[in-house]
Amino acid sequence: MDKTWNNKAWFFVLPVLLLVAFSAVIPLMTVVNYSVQDTFGNNEFFWAGTEWFQQVLASDRFWESMARNLLFSAIVLAIEIPLGIVIALNMPKRGIGVPVCLVLMSLPLLIPWNVVGTIWQLFARTDVGLFGSVVTWLGFDYNYGRDTLDAWFTIVLMDVWHWTSLVVLLCYAGLMSIPDAYYQAAKIDGASRWSVFRFIQLPKLNRVLQIAILLRFMDSFMIYTEPFVVTGGGPGSVTTFLSIDLVKMAVGQFDLGPASAMSIIYFLIVLLVSWVFYTVTTQPDEDRA
Amino acid sequence: MAEISFDRLRHAYRPNPQKPEDFALREINHAFRDGGAYALLGPSGCGKTTLLNIISGLLEPSHGRLMFGGRDVTHLSTQDRNIAQVFQFPVVYDTMSVYENLAFPLRNRGVDPAEIDVKVRETLDMIGLSERAHRKARRLTADQKQKISLGRGLVRADVNAILFDEPLTVIDPHMKWELRSQLKKLHRRFGYTMIYVTHDQTEALTFADEVVVMYEGQVVQIGTPAELFERPMHTFVGYFIGSPGMNLMPVEVSGEIAHIGPHAVTLPGAARSLPAGRTDLGVRPEYTRISETGIPVQIRKVEDVGRHRIVRALLEGREIAALADESEPLPATPHVQFLPGGINLYANSWRVELGA
Repeated sequence: MDKTWNNKAWFFVLPVLLLVAFSAVIPLMTVVNYSVQDTFGNNEFFWAGTEWFQQVLASDRFWESMARNLLFSAIVLAIEIPLGIVIALNMPKRGIGVPVCLVLMSLPLLIPWNVVGTIWQLFARTDVGLFGSVVTWLGFDYNYGRDTLDAWFTIVLMDVWHWTSLVVLLCYAGLMSIPDAYYQAAKIDGASRWSVFRFIQLPKLNRVLQIAILLRFMDSFMIYTEPFVVTGGGPGSVTTFLSIDLVKMAVGQFDLGPASAMSIIYFLIVLLVSWVFYTVTTQPDEDRA
Repeated sequence: MAEISFDRLRHAYRPNPQKPEDFALREINHAFRDGGAYALLGPSGCGKTTLLNIISGLLEPSHGRLMFGGRDVTHLSTQDRNIAQVFQFPVVYDTMSVYENLAFPLRNRGVDPAEIDVKVRETLDMIGLSERAHRKARRLTADQKQKISLGRGLVRADVNAILFDEPLTVIDPHMKWELRSQLKKLHRRFGYTMIYVTHDQTEALTFADEVVVMYEGQVVQIGTPAELFERPMHTFVGYFIGSPGMNLMPVEVSGEIAHIGPHAVTLPGAARSLPAGRTDLGVRPEYTRISETGIPVQIRKVEDVGRHRIVRALLEGREIAALADESEPLPATPHVQFLPGGINLYANSWRVELGA
């Protein structure tokens, strides 16, 4: 029997194709388009090849932003992951404390990012901010708008306040899913508190920690709103991360070509890191025969 | 190794218990012989896991004492009691190898490394995992993981008892039998005191020298498999053990005669003392025969189970079961007879002694 070919079903895919085209493909291709062209105005563009890419990769400005961003991600991960685990370990397992802790933990996650920035911008001010004035009153010469270390300290503190909850909630969910029998077996085997953590809790948290690290790395590597609101990338450019630099270049200086090239490099780095991370974590471990 | 005894042991999860119903585990006075194999048998929620957790020290009883070899261990921690436990779901330390899993309880106790090596190798041999010693524990099958769990107990030479909490739940049927016979073999060879919790009567009866049957927080009978079968002390034991369970019929007793409606059954003897209340006649299907004479019944259906047939019949509107041979034809006007050796009488669910 001849099979009837009916391709009308493809129309059902059309809405999704349109949505993805307008939300992702067309904007991305526009960026690709700008990144290989140059203009002297009047909406006349001409081919520039890889010139913008070479320029971005050869500029100190790009590598400095990159270094600042990597340092920021490293610091933030080094604080938030262990801190999140410690808090999750100490949260109550049952009773009224559970919902109370969960709500308290969720609060920072529910605040819009620019509001987080505004909160800390005011909170850390030495004249009207509680944090800033207390630190000044304690005798420290603190001013996040002038001093490099103070600016970094403020932004890192803000990020820890904002995002440690995410790590806590993920770890808490992971801990709660460990059956009681494991703890009972550990008691019977005479395991110390450290051994219980090292050989039961940590291995069982493996999966959620991978997710937590990936999420926190990505978010901190692409951070924009909060430091932009608090320091605007300053003092000077010491808190100018990749995304802030990118916006400065694209919107501030209207250098569409280099900004597009930088966007694509930025995008490829994020993609590469995600891929490496995914490959490493999903690879089956080697077994000693 | 030590005798495990319960001295007026009770447990209530709620504070300030008053009525017997407030106790998850009602009073128990008994001793588990050193080196014996025991099974705690009963349906879910009967208190068997509560009792097991009290023995292992994961739970402290609200009343009474627990003794290991005459020493009061009621308030000792799990570590200090020196017991081993195999759980319902395999518990292995994922990141460690099989060898390290077995060495773990010894390392925690600060045993000399050379001695650990000897003990671990011995134990690996006992549980038949020598060839997999250096594989990661998480890569083994469920039954092998349960063996590791068991091995972590066996590796400590001085354990007072090995406790099993429904250890075969996640094991494939054909492995269950193998694992169970391996347990029996280990028990015979090394004489560990073993306590095995299960709701499966086959597991309990084949594993244990003595079975503790529990029902609604109460120990209703402790006995050998044969005793549980022949002389169930409680209607629950009759009903729970055996397949199908015991036939129970409400009766009125006068002297040596039990009346089921208009029909009479002669008891093997008169009841020594018969408390007021509900009285039941209990006869196992194995002692119930379909024949030409006796009490008339209507046959509802006949189940052929291979070796014999199970006849389901109605006696005075109440369903009873009887066993019949494969070949034996069923009579046209069926009646039922109870063999005198299998007749039990229960007053308010508890067995009443008959005869002099």
